[in-house]
Amino acid sequence: MTDAVLSGASSSSDAKLRRPDLSETRIRRRYAAERRFRLYGVLAIGFAVFMLGFLAVTVVAQGYSAFWQTRIALDVAIDPAKVDPQNTRLPESLAQGDYQAVARDALRGLFPDISSRADRRALGEFLSNAAGDGVKKMVLANPALVGTTQRVEVLAADDLDMLAKGRINRDIAEADRPIKDQQIAWFDKLKQDGRIVSTFNVDFFTSGDSREAEQAGVGGALMGSFLTILTALILSLPISVAAAIYLEEFAPKNRITDIIEININNLAAVPSIVFGLLGLAVLLGFFGLPRGAPLVGGMVLSLMTLPTIIIATRAALKAVPPSIREAAYGVGASKQQVVMHHVLPLAMPGVMTGAIIGTARAMGESAAVLMIGMVAFIVDVPKSITDPATVLPVQIFLWADAPERAFVERTSAGIMVMLVFLVLMNAAAVVIRRRFERRW
Amino acid sequence: MALAAQKTTQQTADGGKMATGGTLLTNPNVKPAVAARPGEAPKMVSRQVNVFYGQKQALFNVDLDVPSRQVTALIGPSGCGKSTYLRCLNRMNDVIDNCRVTGDIRLDGENIYNPKLDVVMLRARIGMVFQKPNPFPKSIYDNIAYGPRIHGMGASKDELDEIVQTSLERAGLWNEAKDRLAQPGTGLSGGQQQRLCIARAIAVSPEVILMDEPCSALDPIATARIEELIDELRENYTIIIVTHSMQQAARVSQKTAFFHLGVLVEWGDTEQIFTAPRDERTQGYITGRFG
Repeated sequence: MTDAVLSGASSSSDAKLRRPDLSETRIRRRYAAERRFRLYGVLAIGFAVFMLGFLAVTVVAQGYSAFWQTRIALDVAIDPAKVDPQNTRLPESLAQGDYQAVARDALRGLFPDISSRADRRALGEFLSNAAGDGVKKMVLANPALVGTTQRVEVLAADDLDMLAKGRINRDIAEADRPIKDQQIAWFDKLKQDGRIVSTFNVDFFTSGDSREAEQAGVGGALMGSFLTILTALILSLPISVAAAIYLEEFAPKNRITDIIEININNLAAVPSIVFGLLGLAVLLGFFGLPRGAPLVGGMVLSLMTLPTIIIATRAALKAVPPSIREAAYGVGASKQQVVMHHVLPLAMPGVMTGAIIGTARAMGESAAVLMIGMVAFIVDVPKSITDPATVLPVQIFLWADAPERAFVERTSAGIMVMLVFLVLMNAAAVVIRRRFERRW
Repeated sequence: MALAAQKTTQQTADGGKMATGGTLLTNPNVKPAVAARPGEAPKMVSRQVNVFYGQKQALFNVDLDVPSRQVTALIGPSGCGKSTYLRCLNRMNDVIDNCRVTGDIRLDGENIYNPKLDVVMLRARIGMVFQKPNPFPKSIYDNIAYGPRIHGMGASKDELDEIVQTSLERAGLWNEAKDRLAQPGTGLSGGQQQRLCIARAIAVSPEVILMDEPCSALDPIATARIEELIDELRENYTIIIVTHSMQQAARVSQKTAFFHLGVLVEWGDTEQIFTAPRDERTQGYITGRFG
């Protein structure tokens, strides 16, 4: 210490020797503050875990039953007159048969004492209007079944499904229920006879949307999401990695690159609906691309994932230790060789993480794709990126909007499928990180 | 030759043992300094070299001749510009954004700052070893083979194998590494890593090797091995070494240059610098009065 500093300090304290305050109250207060601080953290985490658990329990409790579907086991007499109008037993003729009538007759056969038109219609409401499809599939696979009687588990209508799952309260007034007292009596009889069966709902994962809740599935939305995300990733990953490498490694630092950098950072914060409007105006309006197609959805979402991947890639490139660059320059590598052989491979885990975070964000995005028409009611599962499609979050939104009681469980089930999808993607991110990670 | 005489006495007194710290010049493995080979032109010549980082000037009018196939040590206190000067010699400063170099640096009479000169080829002729061992996060084999590969030196696998083996042998690492060539270079010990970096530098057959404090991150035994290695490499390469350790400079170098505050204060034979410095500042530094 120099004299100047000493004299400055001693003028006020008169060279009194200062010692740390070791009194017990002070130390106790310090430890108390530390414990308090830890408690705040534990409380925050506890609150977060509770909310997450609450959400998960609610969703699972509401949605798990959608993975099972109620069916009615019927002894269906496959009447040649009804299923084979041309009486040729050829697939073309069999495909035109009225299988729904065959299934309906089989159900009526179980209640021979029902005679009035209204009652027969009420009984008919038990069957889904796709009930005949199961019979049709059997017959088309094996035409020899025509004329025989087969036990078929046909699809029940959504109200019966709800009743079977106990989601319709029998105690409320009859007028407030979708299922009447008489229907409940019939249902109980069927149940007694062991004709109400519950099977795993494979169709939920393979079929598209439907107005009838028992036929609606996430298959179409899953495929739509997959095609959209794939398009988005194929477009945005190479563009953003190339942009990040150029900006980080090659671009001169000047006003223009500063402006570009600010804009990229701002782009990450732009509300997604704005990207949707852009897609609507430019991609649909100006370029005339097909409405509601995964191609357009992917292009819009790639705009959204671009800044995320660029920022993550630049951070990863920046984190590569300069010693590795120097080493490569030192043996005479050119700038491009330094970047491609050394820096980028080391930055790869970060790039991958950015890509997957961006994709996960795009996956959960609904506002942007709403604007380009991916909100339409689409029954068919899309087969290519130009077919009209919808995506999972939009499908969930559509179901949440539907009035039927049976769509409530489908909404929750759709959320579960999406969460599983996201968890799988995050797990993939962890695995990829591990694989690419190299120590230096 | 006072220095050489001192060295021999020291060696006998220690009975061949190495002493670390305390007295200077105690490494028995180092041959006595040789005089500059007469008639041979200097390998690298610098004239009026100035370096600026933005507005700040880091080097002032440095004139230095680096003799061929000798070890030249650059010494001086921290921040004196010796590393900056070293990095000028293979244009590593090009990588730094706001760094500007003026003046004339010649390698075998050719101006290395000539805009027509290919900096990649220059760095193949002037290799570099860094302060912290920085092997690539690849296998030992790939660490050595990378340079020859990008310069198209090893056409066949056999040629490449041979380059790797000779480089590792010259760096004194072959016996330790020959059974684990496929293992990552980062798994070696610090001293081995630094020898791997030296092997990597000599794999591209440079004429000059720049070493930026190559032993500062190593323990005394690893340091001794690197110093031996430097002495052996002197047969074939021109070596310029930056060091903070004056003992090391005295042990390994034939020429020494003393930098202070961006100015090359004095340079000459190592013996002369350490026994009869002409400048007061050199005298002050080597006797430990500042630095």
